[in-house]
Amino acid sequence: MHIAKDLVAASATPLVLGILAEEESYGYAILKEIAERSGGRLEWTEGLLYPLLHRLERLGHVEANWRTPEGGRRRKYYAITPSGRRELAEQRKQWDAVTEALQDIWKATRSIGPTASPVLEG
Amino acid sequence: MTGNDTELETQIAEWRTYMLRRRALSGADVDELEDHLRERVADLTETGLRTDEAFLIAVKRMGRMDELSREFAREHSDRLWKQLVLTDDAPAEAARRRGLLVMIACAALAVLAVKLPALFGYGFDGSAEFYGRNLGLLVLAPLAVYFAWRRRVRRGTALALLGLFALGAVAANAYPLEGDSQSIVLTGIHLPLALWLVVGIAYAAGEWRSGQKRMDFIRFTGEWFIYFVLICLGGGVLTGITVGTFSAIGIDAETFISEWLVPCGGAAAVVVAAWLVEAKQSVIENMAPVLTRVFTPLFAVTLVAVLVAIALTTNAIDVERDMLILFDLLLVVVLGLVLYSISARDPGAPAGFFDWMQLALVVSALLIDVLVLIAITGRITEWGFTPNKSAALGENLVLFVNLAWSAWLYWGIVKGRKPFARLERWQTDYMPVYAAWAWIVVLAFPPIFAFA
Repeated sequence: MHIAKDLVAASATPLVLGILAEEESYGYAILKEIAERSGGRLEWTEGLLYPLLHRLERLGHVEANWRTPEGGRRRKYYAITPSGRRELAEQRKQWDAVTEALQDIWKATRSIGPTASPVLEG
Repeated sequence: MTGNDTELETQIAEWRTYMLRRRALSGADVDELEDHLRERVADLTETGLRTDEAFLIAVKRMGRMDELSREFAREHSDRLWKQLVLTDDAPAEAARRRGLLVMIACAALAVLAVKLPALFGYGFDGSAEFYGRNLGLLVLAPLAVYFAWRRRVRRGTALALLGLFALGAVAANAYPLEGDSQSIVLTGIHLPLALWLVVGIAYAAGEWRSGQKRMDFIRFTGEWFIYFVLICLGGGVLTGITVGTFSAIGIDAETFISEWLVPCGGAAAVVVAAWLVEAKQSVIENMAPVLTRVFTPLFAVTLVAVLVAIALTTNAIDVERDMLILFDLLLVVVLGLVLYSISARDPGAPAGFFDWMQLALVVSALLIDVLVLIAITGRITEWGFTPNKSAALGENLVLFVNLAWSAWLYWGIVKGRKPFARLERWQTDYMPVYAAWAWIVVLAFPPIFAFA
């Protein structure tokens, strides 16, 4: 299944902030986590992820620092800040409103449900 | 296996050099992407691929370099500014040539605009009053045309630009101002300022609400100013040599110089400097921030020394007539130092020594200004308002408010409580205030002060 570009872009910030809210992480691990959580349906490019991380850093929603884990390479870790948590809460409210409205509409119009094109769930 | 590893290291090293050539990517970004690439190669080899196969796939997954660097450039507009070409080289070459032609056309337009009034009896030598009113209008309109043309602005934007320049023309010429009145001097100073910000609308291709576009225009202004001064210095040498050599052969070149060389050269230089900023960014890039780095500590030390001297001697500031203007200029310089250090700063970098220096500079300038304002208020209440004093006082307040809030934001930044982006936002958000004040002085001051 292909997810439209607009939808990918709109959900990018809450996904990244949500993952970082659990624990600090780095680019490649975030990308893998997103692929896993979406059952491989959300395929992000590096061109989406890194500029987004840098923007969140500029806005003060995440903090970055370079660290060298034992026996590993120098790596840039990102951690969420209090302002990032506020942003995440705000985004979550907005997404809840959207999904609630969508759920309502899906229920009302069952006839065009996802049965039209069978999807293999991962 | 070791053979594979060295091969991989060579490939990654090659990939790094190639990535580093992209101006939108900084060294740290490439480090980050390299880490990403290595992780993916490691994951892929675990599934059974050979390292060279894994490297190929990992690079392919990262997406085309052009697209990747364009995405980076979109977020890091400060680097986009340095990135001359985001696309391949061939179309860029054509675009450059086209830019050159547009520049020549607009520079010719500027020369025409400056010399055309001579046909109607307004020679450059004899009509100081006419040129005092209109010079800004005559040289900045071609610059606005240049940007409107290069950026292919929409019809609505073009009409807005036309309207604003027409408004400027009316304001400069419709009021019955005497040649020796204060108001005409104020118009001569403030109209070019107001129109320069109108040029900013053309520069931003109509997207003047965008904070990043405004920051780009601030950067452009600094670089443009430096190029313009350089061209003028060269022009000065040319003028000197022309006068010298022609007088050596017994010909007086003075009229040619004052009627043709200086006005035409100056008007064309306005457009040429703008073109140079855009075309040669990589050559002289970020001169303004370099100068800022040099002069911020020097100005900070000087201002602190003045404050210490005032405190030790308890000498009050001697408020003379031109004092307010001098301190307006001081605030403008301090604001410029703040702006150009912001424009070049990496917003993600933590607060450092230089930020403390900026804070000291701004705070000491504000303290001195408060002393001046106290002294000058007495003067004004005693002698009443004149156009000059009101304009100078207004400017002082406009700059004071900006710097006071900047100091407050700097305080939060050096304490690590606020992200640097807040200060950048404040500066770009404040730009309409300058425009509003300049237009007020041009449009409202003459009637308010009865054309004095």
